[in-house]
Amino acid sequence: MRHLLSAGDLSRDEALLVLDTAAEMARVAAAPVKKLPTLRGRTVVNLFFEDSTRTRTSFELAAKRLSADVINFSAKGSAVSKGEGLKDTALTLEAMGADAVVIRHAMSGAPHRLAGWVRGSVVNAGDGTHEHPTQALLDAFTMRSRLGRLEGLQVTLVGDILHSRVARSNVLLLHTLGAEVTLVAPPTLIPVGVEDWPAQVSYDFDRVLPKSDVVMMLRVQRERMGAVYFPSVREYSRRYGLDAARMAMLPPESVVMHPGPMNRGMEIAAEVADSPRSTIVEQVTNGVSVRMAVLYLLLGGAMGGASE
Amino acid sequence: MTTAPDPRRPRPVSGDRTAAHPVLDAADVTRVLTRMAHEILEKNGGADDVVLLGIPTRGSTLAHRIAEQMASVEQRTVPVGSLDVTLYRDDLRLRGVRALGRTELPPGGVDGRIVVLVDDVLFSGRTVRAALDAIGDLGRPAAVQLAVLVDRGHRELPIRADYVGKNIPTSLRETVHVLLAEHDGRDGVLIGPADLSRQESRQESRQDTSS
Amino acid sequence: MSNWLLRNVTILGAAPTDLHLADGVIAEVGRGLATGGAQVFDAAGLVALPGLVDLHTHLREPGREDAETVASGTLAAALGGFTAVHAMANTDPAADTAGVVEQVWRLGRDAGHCDVFPVGAVTVRRRGEQLAELGAMADSAARVRVFSDDGHCVDDAVLMRRALEYVKAFDGVVAQHAQEPRLTHAAQMNEGVVSARLGLTGWPAVAEESVIARDCLLAGHVGSRLHVCHVSTAGSVEILRWAKAKGIRVTAEVTPHHLLLTDDLVTGYDPVYKVNPPLRTAGDVAALRAALADGTIDAVATDHAPHSLEDKETEWGAAAFGMLGLETALGVVAEAMVSTGLLDWAGVADRMAVRPARIGRLNGHGGPLEPGAPANVVLLDPAATVTVDPGSLASRSRNTPYAGMTLPTRVVATFLRGRPTVLDGKPAESGGPGGGR
Repeated sequence: MRHLLSAGDLSRDEALLVLDTAAEMARVAAAPVKKLPTLRGRTVVNLFFEDSTRTRTSFELAAKRLSADVINFSAKGSAVSKGEGLKDTALTLEAMGADAVVIRHAMSGAPHRLAGWVRGSVVNAGDGTHEHPTQALLDAFTMRSRLGRLEGLQVTLVGDILHSRVARSNVLLLHTLGAEVTLVAPPTLIPVGVEDWPAQVSYDFDRVLPKSDVVMMLRVQRERMGAVYFPSVREYSRRYGLDAARMAMLPPESVVMHPGPMNRGMEIAAEVADSPRSTIVEQVTNGVSVRMAVLYLLLGGAMGGASE
Repeated sequence: MTTAPDPRRPRPVSGDRTAAHPVLDAADVTRVLTRMAHEILEKNGGADDVVLLGIPTRGSTLAHRIAEQMASVEQRTVPVGSLDVTLYRDDLRLRGVRALGRTELPPGGVDGRIVVLVDDVLFSGRTVRAALDAIGDLGRPAAVQLAVLVDRGHRELPIRADYVGKNIPTSLRETVHVLLAEHDGRDGVLIGPADLSRQESRQESRQDTSS
Repeated sequence: MSNWLLRNVTILGAAPTDLHLADGVIAEVGRGLATGGAQVFDAAGLVALPGLVDLHTHLREPGREDAETVASGTLAAALGGFTAVHAMANTDPAADTAGVVEQVWRLGRDAGHCDVFPVGAVTVRRRGEQLAELGAMADSAARVRVFSDDGHCVDDAVLMRRALEYVKAFDGVVAQHAQEPRLTHAAQMNEGVVSARLGLTGWPAVAEESVIARDCLLAGHVGSRLHVCHVSTAGSVEILRWAKAKGIRVTAEVTPHHLLLTDDLVTGYDPVYKVNPPLRTAGDVAALRAALADGTIDAVATDHAPHSLEDKETEWGAAAFGMLGLETALGVVAEAMVSTGLLDWAGVADRMAVRPARIGRLNGHGGPLEPGAPANVVLLDPAATVTVDPGSLASRSRNTPYAGMTLPTRVVATFLRGRPTVLDGKPAESGGPGGGR
């Protein structure tokens, strides 16, 4: 594994290796000394072209817990946003000796281009509407921790599938790990070409709820309103929001997930977000462990690294 | 001491890379572990505050076995855990990345306890050094002792074991194989020639999972 | 003046014969012609076609001379076998006045590699709001007959109607870039299975097809000619078939890349494959080939679109749309149409010279290779292959999607009114127009 650009790049064994490694990494969070010497002397650059305190700090913490040096390159307002360009930024990072670059970018495919210009490892922390592989990994880790398995699990993703990188990564990874995915959204938010995806599609949330082991609510951006994907927030919420009444329709052991940040009241009601079924807080904790695992697996051996 | 076969008995023909000869058989292993369990109890005046920490994979199994022995003698449970030291190794950058083993703290932790590290083979000492670093991040034991089934010599660091099952001087061109029923179907210790590819560099020839 | 005798050439792939070019025209055609004072060219094994005519090229001058100039672009054209190119109007300033089109025309004439026929913009600044002075451009030295806002769609139905009507006065034609703007807002690639997987905003086929349908109906209603640029979908082909069957005077062009490449290539996000209209599916490629073969699509037009490195070596979303095409056009058409048996050389001549010249109302080009006709000839070697090397292209830019590919046929020589612009696949040492500056 040299890069992590897409959840679809991971084989079943590789994906399980990440999850199992994350389980060991999780122990560090409970230890008195939250530090491992493993990546000492490695340099990890956080290259964030989009604001995201949550994801960036998660990667930063993960790298620091492994004793790596972390550089935060926040591109908003810097030379980059003024048109220095991705390629020139890549050459600068090379000159600084970055062993890994964690990149979040507004355009799909930016990590793929970057990977062609740097010698280190590239980790996709979210590219446009394409993918967010570490999110899918921490989601799978959370499901496995809470429910004990992934094989045969019925997972329902609800929301703006068309624009969701979290959805794309989850569909690919869950399929690889043997879960069964159903997508729920208004027809305007389901992509043309979805027939090719290893997932079912439904426009009827209520039909799907009683069969769902996991319901993952995706954020719906209010900005999408202007582009006429649905008539009003009220209608969207009524047809596709997860409120307490819908939560009661779930099987007793089922969990509710959300990648954050949430629009409380739009796609998810406050009482659902705060209920014991909700994994939203532990998803954040698991995010650090999973990202530690990813950084370790990419950087923890000889660079250019085949796994043992 | 048990009578062990002379490790310097004639080696197998040099072309036959698969042949290894036994140094301890299953009965020997059992006797050795029993003796080590008694030695640990004797040195520490009983099992009070003693916890065992095995280094995966086989060190962990051995730790459980020794703990059972100690428990049956003292009529009390002896806490056992496992400690994977991969993340603390000093040779990570030399090979591709390795999968991690299980780490499970013994019930009650290690603070203020006498931690007996358990591993199957003591060799360069680097694994034990990594384990000491790892334990340091887990807590502050009152003392750390080391128990190994086999000490094959060739230390690269100032590390020595407190409890040794069997001293087996070896050449760097040999490897030591510890077999345990839980993993390999039977108990035993064998010495065999190292892989031909490994003989090509001194560094490589030391590559086994031992301490 | 040039005096050339091309021996044993096969004209349009027929039996070998000799072709004598003198005083800018084809002097004689026949077997075993006398040498006289002519320079003899051994053309055994070579095929002669009329010099190719491109209805759709971007020469970038004025405004983006870093990407291409009229000189470099026309040299690339000559190397590709072209003797005439129509230069699109999306320059800076736009070619929406007699002044700009005359400038471009003059630059082409001075460079002397091939004839340049500037395309005039339909609307002022190509903004789609107000008609440009089409008449002035038609009357200028550039004698513009093809008008296009290419790059932008004339999407206002009334404006399109007026333009179609207006150009009738000087036998002009509006060449539409069919792209419904609101359906393709921020679109990056063909809308389909690949775009869904890659997370790139899709460009639905209907955005092209709906505009073509409307424009065909308008052209029929007002009795005008209509030309459709770079057709890219199977649905567009069906609409064109229907329109032609109804007697609507619509012509259409297809690019070489739409005859060969599909949207799978976008996986990996290399912007060399980013183009407007986007690469489509294998089904679309098959339909376009069949349409070119049966004449529903009239012409191959390169849409040669040079871009500087900075405009292509970026993230997909930030990259410019467009691919080079002049130097590889014949090879790609040979690969897509001739090797597959869909077109013979006579057919290639028809789609790449005869019909384009007719659509552009060019008298001196595309004509049959017979005595008295202007000596615009291209000689190609159908048995040779060329491996595309971006570094050795004559274009100033490098954005070719065929880098490393081996394509059939090789342009050996190009003659512009009897004077060689290309010999042995390389620029001929020559002066400018008429054999000397």
